[in-house]
Amino acid sequence: MILAPVGWLARVLDPPLRALQRVGGRNGMAIFFVAPNMLIFGIFVLIPLVINFAYSMTGGGALFLGDRIFVGGEQYGRLFDCGNYLEPNSCREDLFWTAVWNTVFFVVLQVALMVGVALITALILNRDLKARSFWRAVFFFPVLLSPVVVGLIWRWILQRQGLLNYMIYELGFDPINWLVERNWAFAAAISVSVWAHMGFYALILLAGLQAIPKDLYEAAEMDGTRPARVFWRITLPLLAPNLLVVLVLTLIRAVQIFDEVYVLTGGGPGTSTLFITQYIYEVGFASLLRNPGLASAASILMGAVLVVLTLFQLGIARRGERRSAK
Amino acid sequence: MKTKTVLAALAAGLLSTSAALAGDVRVMWYSDGVEGEVIQDLLNRFMEQNPDINVILDNVAYQVIQEQLPIELEAGRGPDIARVTNIKALAHHWLDLTPHIADPEYWRTNLGEQFDWMRPDGSDAIPGFMTQLTLTGGFANKTLFEQAGVEIPGADATWDEWVEAAGKVQDSQQLNAAFAIDRSGHRISGPNVSHGANYIAADRTPAPVDDGVKAFAAKLVEWTESGRMNKETWVSAAGTTYRAGAEDFINAQIAYYYSGSWQIANLSTKIGDSFDWVATGSPCGPAACSGLPGGAALVGIKYTQNPDDVGKVMDYLASEDVVREFTERTLFLPAHKGVIAGPIDFKTDDPNVKGALNAFVKATTQVHPNAGALPAWKWGSAYYGALVTRISQVMAGELSLEDAYARIDEDIAAQVAEASK
Repeated sequence: MILAPVGWLARVLDPPLRALQRVGGRNGMAIFFVAPNMLIFGIFVLIPLVINFAYSMTGGGALFLGDRIFVGGEQYGRLFDCGNYLEPNSCREDLFWTAVWNTVFFVVLQVALMVGVALITALILNRDLKARSFWRAVFFFPVLLSPVVVGLIWRWILQRQGLLNYMIYELGFDPINWLVERNWAFAAAISVSVWAHMGFYALILLAGLQAIPKDLYEAAEMDGTRPARVFWRITLPLLAPNLLVVLVLTLIRAVQIFDEVYVLTGGGPGTSTLFITQYIYEVGFASLLRNPGLASAASILMGAVLVVLTLFQLGIARRGERRSAK
Repeated sequence: MKTKTVLAALAAGLLSTSAALAGDVRVMWYSDGVEGEVIQDLLNRFMEQNPDINVILDNVAYQVIQEQLPIELEAGRGPDIARVTNIKALAHHWLDLTPHIADPEYWRTNLGEQFDWMRPDGSDAIPGFMTQLTLTGGFANKTLFEQAGVEIPGADATWDEWVEAAGKVQDSQQLNAAFAIDRSGHRISGPNVSHGANYIAADRTPAPVDDGVKAFAAKLVEWTESGRMNKETWVSAAGTTYRAGAEDFINAQIAYYYSGSWQIANLSTKIGDSFDWVATGSPCGPAACSGLPGGAALVGIKYTQNPDDVGKVMDYLASEDVVREFTERTLFLPAHKGVIAGPIDFKTDDPNVKGALNAFVKATTQVHPNAGALPAWKWGSAYYGALVTRISQVMAGELSLEDAYARIDEDIAAQVAEASK
């Protein structure tokens, strides 16, 4: 009864689909079914990418591509005009290189912390805890919050007269200006982003842990294998595909970090939490005299770095798969 | 041309706010205080009198006005009327109301003084009118000064004297900081001019950073290092990100706050009777005791499909009675000469407010010509952005003052070169 409309739809669609298959063959049908997805991908990803690249080759104050002046690689030249890339102040676009190095440090520290904490959380949540579902929900809850809300909540907690300083003061210690001291602000940016997204990655790892056959652990237990060895020899290798997914996703998200940190620190103190996406936003949108060409060039470079990182990780994954197959 | 048409069509489909239909007049409006409610009330009355015109008021965040409206305008779209503060840089998008309003001479006589702020150089267009005039200036927490036994500095007190007095209050009352200035290049431009700065070169291009800018920038950095100026306001952000110091003043965490006349209603509402406060005008430097004038303008958009209806709405909103009521209810400084000349009965029971408004009206007489020229100068935004970005880097210990001055000049030159292509 419930399937009746489906059957009716199948009967209606059957003749044209058969006709299509006669014309295009099996491969043609595959293209036909993939086409809607590719169309959406093309409109919302590929075309904007091409337009962005075109913008990066233009200059001037006009917004429309047709009204802008072709300047070739001038915007890229401006970004790479540098005495010493390790010393942003020697670069023409010093804020770009400051943002690049801030992003590099952020990615290294945040990704390591995120994967580590997510793994530990997943291992704990995989045990026979009391109210296990409740604890899983608790760790996942921040993922449901808007990044702006996350930034605002933590700003209220960490600001000079915030909740954390109130508690520190009540305990008899001197309050700390968390968002004005460079190192504390950087640490806060990392911690808040880990807090906000860790639940999602823990969930992926938890799914991986639950997919590991129980009999492997039972066999190890019967052999009297130490827990640490079980972890290194069974859990970690079998969790590797999930860990790789988490690593790729975390890395991409870390390079793109913007919203919650922008609300939390505004890129400060000074430029110590100015990351590459905020630089692009400032140059392309927030400044009253926008420079879409320079912002586009910076975003193309950021995209290129992400592609290289992703390909590198996929390469590692394939090498791992080949080793396993042998 | 084809590319432009295709992109325009794409943008038109994607942008959220669209031009009004025939008979509709869409107004994009932002509010600092209660002015959104007041204007809606006034527009409801207009629609009762003009049932053939439907005015739709879109209340949006200030950020939408700053970031999204310019993109809509570049796409040849947008609302029919908008309340804006980036008046000069976008002047080529405003509608010349002259053929659409009943009495252009009335506009020129009563509202004409600020027309150059909102039209391209050399134009005689009537693009709109200022819904409020603003002037940067200071506020002192009178109660804190009294509790500390420190006398509030007089009308001719210098910046150094103000900081010294506020510093005594800070020490006595154990405040986090003596004073705060909003994190904005606009806000420090009045004090810069008071220290002798002139941003505008003879050919109206941006002048290099001069001794006036350097003098006040050096003081700002020194006051931040010594803990007199609230470090959190300026240091805890990068780039041109705006940070207000109002919350610290409202919470009595600082003795002195330099912002502007638009804060009066906000302070009155949030402080209530918690403490007494006074507006102080602008402290003096060696050259002047100047604030920076400015304000928000209501302008017609030239892409409107209903310019005559826009003219009728603007005629109504610019009429003397309506401007007077708007001024009295919003506690804004008016730009209408007739309203300024007549009695203004500000609708407030707060005794601090009337004194503050009078102080700002008095301070308008002390505006230095170099400050008075800035609202009608199209490179002001470039200057303000570079100032705030680089000076806050010095405060954070990332740049020396000399490096910052060089960077400010480079940043401004790059922006001007890019925009002039």
